Amino acid sequence: MKRIAVLLALVFCSTAASAGQDPPAESKKDGPANQSSVSAPEEARIKALEDQVRTLAEEVVLLRGELNAMRDAKSFEPASSSRVLLASSHLEPGMVPSAAPPPVTASAAPDPALPQSAQTQTFGGATSNAKLLNPDISLIGDFIGTAGHNTVSPSRSLELHESEIGLQAIIDPYARADAFISFGETGVNVEEGYVTFTALPAGLLLKVGKMRADFGKVNTIHNHALPFIDRPLVTNNLVGGEDGIDDAGISLSRFLPAPKNWFLEGTAQVLRGDSADVFTANRRQDVSVVGHIRAYRDLNESTNIDLGVSYARGHNDAGLGNTTFNPSNFLTNLYAADATLRWKPLRRAIYHSFLFRSELFWSARDQLSPLDVFQTQHAFGLYSSAEYRVNRRWTLGGRFDRSGRATNASLTDTGFSGILTYWPSEFSQIRGQYRYGHLWDVPNDRFTNANEFMFQFLFVMGAHGAHPF
Amino acid sequence: MRNANLHTRTTAFIAACTLLLALCAPPAGAENKLNIMTATTDLAALTQEIGGDRVEVESIARGYQDPHFVEAKPSFLLKLRHADLLVVVGLELEIGWLPPLISQSTNPKIQVGAPGYFDASRFARILEIPTGVVTRAEGDVHPLGNPHYWLDPDNGLRIAKGIQNKLSEMRPNDAAYFAQRYDSFEQRLKQAEQKWLAEMKPYGGRKIVTYHRSWPNFSDHFGLNVVGYVEPRPGIPPSPQHTVELMGMMKRDGVKVIVVEPYFDLKTPNAIARDTGAQVVVLMPSVGGEKEITDYFKLFDYDIAKLKQAFDATK
Repeated sequence: MKRIAVLLALVFCSTAASAGQDPPAESKKDGPANQSSVSAPEEARIKALEDQVRTLAEEVVLLRGELNAMRDAKSFEPASSSRVLLASSHLEPGMVPSAAPPPVTASAAPDPALPQSAQTQTFGGATSNAKLLNPDISLIGDFIGTAGHNTVSPSRSLELHESEIGLQAIIDPYARADAFISFGETGVNVEEGYVTFTALPAGLLLKVGKMRADFGKVNTIHNHALPFIDRPLVTNNLVGGEDGIDDAGISLSRFLPAPKNWFLEGTAQVLRGDSADVFTANRRQDVSVVGHIRAYRDLNESTNIDLGVSYARGHNDAGLGNTTFNPSNFLTNLYAADATLRWKPLRRAIYHSFLFRSELFWSARDQLSPLDVFQTQHAFGLYSSAEYRVNRRWTLGGRFDRSGRATNASLTDTGFSGILTYWPSEFSQIRGQYRYGHLWDVPNDRFTNANEFMFQFLFVMGAHGAHPF
Repeated sequence: MRNANLHTRTTAFIAACTLLLALCAPPAGAENKLNIMTATTDLAALTQEIGGDRVEVESIARGYQDPHFVEAKPSFLLKLRHADLLVVVGLELEIGWLPPLISQSTNPKIQVGAPGYFDASRFARILEIPTGVVTRAEGDVHPLGNPHYWLDPDNGLRIAKGIQNKLSEMRPNDAAYFAQRYDSFEQRLKQAEQKWLAEMKPYGGRKIVTYHRSWPNFSDHFGLNVVGYVEPRPGIPPSPQHTVELMGMMKRDGVKVIVVEPYFDLKTPNAIARDTGAQVVVLMPSVGGEKEITDYFKLFDYDIAKLKQAFDATK
């Protein structure tokens, strides 16, 4: 260590010697212009040199302090910055070893002055540093149990509904990538896997890959981050159920000019056109498009509103297998509006919060009537939900559902839910939900009532993911 | 025909001029104040000390807010978008909210690893770096060490030095100004530190209990002895069993002061205090925790005054 400090000091001296030529030239230029009395160039030069020496001395002290700190604190670099940037590395990048600490210490190892502990510490750090380049890995288990009566959409009594593996990392200075692979009861699905280019000009944000489309709010949220166990009725009836609009494509978003204190963001996405039962691409050119505009405003430091309008257009499967109509004439247009009000007092953020959210969906789906006539079904649905954090461990919630069916808008399902959530810690969650539904029973051609009780255990292992907002 | 051609040419000329102007605009504004965002108010205060009137500093988190649980509000994106420099605490303190803000900011300057991303923890002395197996059975542990390191004036100085270097690197023309600001800060801090140490001297070695593990650097520097925590594990709310054990320990060891951060509920600490005859004192871990704490110096002034009061009251 000492040897390095000396070496660096030498380097600085040589830099100073070569750099010493420049400042006087500058001061010569400035001198006559700024000062009325003409100062001797020698004096200026000496002064510059003095300054230089002083800075260098400070630099050396700093470096020594850093080296000591590195030894004392036995700290190594956080995962995010695998490079070691000494405070003074801006002087001569080539001179300061830019590799990770291990090689530095390895070369200095013969120095008898070096404490033994520091050596072992750094060698231990070498192996863990290699692992630091691994992506952040997490697994979220989602176990759901259901009891009660539901003939329309029955779910299994007990299931490990989903185990979602998340892999997230910074790819290079220009991009980061996120992949979420969910293992369900029936198979594996890349729920999302995309690269985000964060360093584009003109304030553009580009995402490429498979992603949950920016259509409303609930469509973008992963199962484990929802404030309920199930998804709203309207999601199931109009927007593709649990998977929703989740497709391979390209997304471009940008902040838009907005009035003061408003945040306005526009997103445009082009997707392949295959999303659950909403969109089906019969031909390669049957891509779907999604547009979203989000407006956000802080009302005060604890309260804010979040508004959005969305549009999605794609082809559906209604015309498949029919000979009289061209299948590519069957489109589904979806419109949505969402509004969210959040309240969270900053001084008691972990104890109390309130969120109210409402989303409205309109679906215009081209299809054939039972008499084989081309028609467009206009269905409407909504949900409203509220959640209140009572204390650090308990949250109360409720949701109202109402939705027509995409293929038959005259049939309107209704429901409501009461939800109670318990958090043993930030990394696990136990939730119970009572759900009532007044649902259309297709085989029996009548409405039936569904009464169900569901419970859910969520557990998170691995990297600490960011909380969704 | 000729007219149309002229029209096209004029349009092209105007377009070219606009483009040129757009390209020229950033360098023209480059000598404006540096726009700096920090994760917490303490880093903002330190940056302000060094940057003086050459910088515009704003913190994302407020001083009375739990820095682990800040929300990634889009309104922060508007500020981050124009930042030249982002100063973060690091050590995974902001892991729950900062990464999405950075990646959505559409600001290449402040991306992790970019020149405008400044991790203050690299300059500070870090305590409580876990050794051996690290699991969440220990609660919300920070595998890279305790991130509340700014509560040691020596670390404040180290961070300030780092900031001075960074600012000088970004604005070489103002390097002398920043150096002078640092010297002044160092001098004032050294003076204040003498005063604080003298004030705390009579209470050296006193045992205290804190709510969260926010105070290792503070207690290390000022010679206090943290013997227990109201939280059974970091990030886990108090449990009855742990509280009973803690009260037993406090009575046995004569611990009379419970330090609580402003963002924790006082119910359990008050109950413990009633049972053990201890005093609850709400200390501010950050600048801006109270209106009067407007800078890094006042933070220690406030905390030390409060602590002295509590120690004297429970003598």
